[in-house]
Amino acid sequence: MSENRTGIGARVLRKEDERLLNGRGRFIDDLAFPRLLEAAFWRSPVAHGRIARLDVPADLAGSVFAWRDMAGVRPITARSTLPGYQVSDYAALADGVVRFVGEPVAVAVAPTRAEAEDRVARLAPSIDELPPLADVRSALASRTPLHPGWKDNLFIELKRDDDFAALEGRVAHVVRREFRMNRQSMSPMEGKAVLALWDDQRNQLVVYSSTQVPHMIRSGLAECLGLPLAQLRVIAPDVGGGFGYKCNLMPEEVAIAWLALKLKRPVRWVEDRREHLVAGTNCREHQYRMAAHVDARGRLLGLEAEVWVDSGAYSVWPFTACLETGQIIGNLPGPYKMECYRCTVQGVATNKPPFSPYRGVARPGVAFAMEMMMDAIARTVGRDPTAVRFENLVTAADMPYTNIARKAFDTGDYPSSLTRVMEMLDHAGFAQRQAEARKEGRYLGIGFATYTEQAAHGTSVFASWGLPIVPGYDGATVKLTADGTLEVKVGVHSHGQGMETSLAQIASELTTLPLEAINVIHGDTGETPFSTGTYASRSIVMAGGAVSKACEVLMGRARTLAAALGKCDAAALRLEGGAFRGAGVTVSLKDIGEAWFHRPERLPAAVPDGGLEVTEHYKPAVDTGVFSFASHGAVVEVDIDTGNVRLVDYVIAEDCGTLVNPMIVDGQTIGGAVQGIGTALFEEMPYDAAAQPLASTYADYLLPGASEMPHIRIAHSETPSPHTRHGIKGVGEGGAIAPPAAILNAVNRALAEFGVEFNETPLTPRRLLAAVLAARRARAAAPLKEAA
Amino acid sequence: MKAAAFAYTRPAALADALRAAGRDARFVAGSQSLGPMLNLRLAEPPALVDVRRLPELRGARVEGGRLHLGAAVTHAEIEDGAVPDTTHGMLPAVARGIAYRAVRNRGTLGGSLAHADPAADWVNAMTVLGARCHIAGPDGRRVLPVHEFLQGTYRTALGPGELLVEVELPAFSERMRWGYYKVAAKVGEFASAIGAAVHDPALAMTHLLVGAIEARPLLLPPFAGALELAGDAAIEAFGARIAAALPQADAVFVHQHATALARAVARLRAEGAA
Ligand SMILES: Cc1cc2nc3c(=O)[nH]c(=O)nc-3n(C[C@H](O)[C@H](O)[C@H](O)COP(=O)(O)OP(=O)(O)OC[C@H]3O[C@@H](n4cnc5c(N)ncnc54)[C@H](O)[C@@H]3O)c2cc1C
Repeated sequence: MSENRTGIGARVLRKEDERLLNGRGRFIDDLAFPRLLEAAFWRSPVAHGRIARLDVPADLAGSVFAWRDMAGVRPITARSTLPGYQVSDYAALADGVVRFVGEPVAVAVAPTRAEAEDRVARLAPSIDELPPLADVRSALASRTPLHPGWKDNLFIELKRDDDFAALEGRVAHVVRREFRMNRQSMSPMEGKAVLALWDDQRNQLVVYSSTQVPHMIRSGLAECLGLPLAQLRVIAPDVGGGFGYKCNLMPEEVAIAWLALKLKRPVRWVEDRREHLVAGTNCREHQYRMAAHVDARGRLLGLEAEVWVDSGAYSVWPFTACLETGQIIGNLPGPYKMECYRCTVQGVATNKPPFSPYRGVARPGVAFAMEMMMDAIARTVGRDPTAVRFENLVTAADMPYTNIARKAFDTGDYPSSLTRVMEMLDHAGFAQRQAEARKEGRYLGIGFATYTEQAAHGTSVFASWGLPIVPGYDGATVKLTADGTLEVKVGVHSHGQGMETSLAQIASELTTLPLEAINVIHGDTGETPFSTGTYASRSIVMAGGAVSKACEVLMGRARTLAAALGKCDAAALRLEGGAFRGAGVTVSLKDIGEAWFHRPERLPAAVPDGGLEVTEHYKPAVDTGVFSFASHGAVVEVDIDTGNVRLVDYVIAEDCGTLVNPMIVDGQTIGGAVQGIGTALFEEMPYDAAAQPLASTYADYLLPGASEMPHIRIAHSETPSPHTRHGIKGVGEGGAIAPPAAILNAVNRALAEFGVEFNETPLTPRRLLAAVLAARRARAAAPLKEAA
Repeated sequence: MKAAAFAYTRPAALADALRAAGRDARFVAGSQSLGPMLNLRLAEPPALVDVRRLPELRGARVEGGRLHLGAAVTHAEIEDGAVPDTTHGMLPAVARGIAYRAVRNRGTLGGSLAHADPAADWVNAMTVLGARCHIAGPDGRRVLPVHEFLQGTYRTALGPGELLVEVELPAFSERMRWGYYKVAAKVGEFASAIGAAVHDPALAMTHLLVGAIEARPLLLPPFAGALELAGDAAIEAFGARIAAALPQADAVFVHQHATALARAVARLRAEGAA
């Protein structure tokens, strides 16, 4: 295998770029079908209300529908077996009550989207407004639960309560802080899109969905529509980014599938940007109240936290409002050691769009809180923030290590990643650079954040949250064809992760075939074996493992046939360059494929009849997840007169186990980091007191742009996981986790002389400037005290 | 969202455009402001009259030292120097700071002024330059100083069916100097504050502009030593005048606008020194 240049670890260009970068991607909006109807939704203009009347003009009968028309369709109901969890029924079109601005109430179809919107514009349902729960505080205070039969406005409360008595006498400081990560929109390049049609020949409803999880969507649709699974096929064609937004069953998805059944015509809905911003699920509205019990050196002895998540109006299917809360309580301690931990997390129901996991799930929030806390501890004990991190990080010598939240860290040298980013930023020389810049009136700061990225956590973890669908084995089918090329079919979906390449690289590693000879097919429940799909940094571990295992079995069969064709001992053959060689013979995979499929007379009668198509299923021996890790370091320059923050330098030292394709890992890391920069400085989905969204276009919701990006430098190390095939860990989410903390820590260092400390994202120019101006005014008013 | 249905015409001559417009139709140029409004159905005009190719709106010439720029000249043409410039580089520099190239390729000078977004760059740049607007309408032609053309947020002096034909700048001397500074959360964004300064001793012109203020731009009365102010002293002096002129403004607003003006003045001085 030494000649293999396209296997695991090779820096090869992505196969899928050829079509995507040349405009040949095929997204749902590109599909064409005869008699296709386009759909548009009438969406609630109020956050909370009872639908009093919904009249449909007579001439629109048959092209406008409401929930009352959808007899027999069940609401989306995301259950969990966690004690105390309260279930919400989320009807595809509002069932009498609307609970957020943008909730679909009625749907209109027409030959074009513009005409469908014309029809929607003629509807004028009357809605009696109810008092809105605009935020966590008002939802907790309200005596009126948002959903019938609920006892309060909590989807879920999770608790962990250690006794802190053992710390008696050792705690030098209790460092208290509050942190806030504001609400965001996920903004994939392509919004959600669905197209459904009935296929008479297959006797199936075919649903094209812009989704990360086609097999799960199939199960969810079957449940809502009451269709047998065998009569449902879900196809995810090219998908323009997901980030978690597209791992839920959406009400529009149910409505469009139902319309196709009802109207017996293809029906499509493509979410536009305004719908995405106003009505799409949101993410990341976390609030933290924390207390760190530390000794005089800043060693963390115990951590107390109260956390609130604004989970919006409905629990999403299948991940529920429990996923984020569960991840918070489990991941808040991060890569740090401590003796006791007390944490309460409440997932609170409000009149905002439902909450969805987003790249990194809860970890950008918990890492923000924990890493800001590390710097706060450092300030309290008077040490450098990096020294305090080294004091507390789990070390390589501790591995394997089960942390306070029972996370089983597999391998890694967490402190080394911090050392590495410090070197990359010349941490030792920073104080001097900062002082020189200050003389020119420039404010520089440096900040760090370290985290672990639990990847591919499987059955036991999801089962403990009691979700409707728990991931287990991932399947892969590999098929050697008559000309010696290979088809690989997987149930995950690739929408930016480059898996058509990285999975092919794994297959190439096992088969020694070149990448051009390997075709990866994904995202079609009619063609691929089951997988719960792409989320939680799992696909390269799970689908990658399944492909590896299937290729191994396939090559075993091929070896047997090669020996039969070469009339030699199978054990004497080695696989190399696409052929079995040795014992004086060379039998290529092409020879084998050709013999099996087209020229069976070449094979002896007694040859095994298993064939050259293999489906295998895989999950790692330990299914609690593998842990990638990284440290990020940022140098910022703060303009104290405009409030702008410029990223001068940004570095990442990451370790995701065995690198399958270093360039793809770089791409994933940079892409995630850019989204993390968005969280840190730009992105916020604000709501007013009536729970009306205040950002409905990108003029108001700012995404980071190319001009704002520093040149991100990345260093890799490779610590394989003992639990997975090839030692691979996941890396899809990691980049997004650390930037908010690294950047705000850097800003706080830059502005230390003003005594301001920022603990809320995004750090907008307005927020920054308001605090700096207040501090400057206070300093001007009390110059003597300042000098003293 | 998709626009509501509308009729569309693209007349070949100005007279046809004025006739086609009538009272209800809307002119469209680059569609970079109108397009989003149509798609969001914030505007539902029955008809659009496309003026982008009218020869009278595409001209650019210098007459008696005065630059005349057609209303349909694009931001990109100004940025690229495809049209003359008498401002010692101010017009291309301002153009370069508008949005992204794709927007600049289509967006026009006239469309920007007619749209009258207080944070738009031409609204502020043309005000500080003391430009004049040439208007044609059903009742003939008229000329207005840009400061009267602009009436407020999204409001202009244009009457129904009136078209902005061209913009005319004063005859600047060799000694004209300028500074323009835009505070924005990110590149290509509309400004949260604009400061601009133009000084031409030959025209006895000193203009200090405070822009992006939810109203038409504010021209501060010139005061002695204004162009010599620097650093915190400049921010303080401009800030006091901005706060006095805009009593509703909060501390952040005043400070960002004072900073923008202070930096514009610093650039003006640097221009002079170079
Ligand atoms: C993403 C984005 C970012 C932007 N950022 C900036 C920015 O940073 N700074 C900035 O200044 N601008 C910005 N803009 C606005 C852009 O500059 C527009 O091009 C400009 O405001 C309008 O010019 P237009 O030719 O596109 O006008 P249109 O959109 O075609 O028309 C705008 C209005 O003017 C009227 N109109 C057009 N031409 C005439 C005329 N000759 N006579 C009378 N009425 C007329 C129309 O009827 C309409 O009411 C941005 C736009 C976008 C989409």
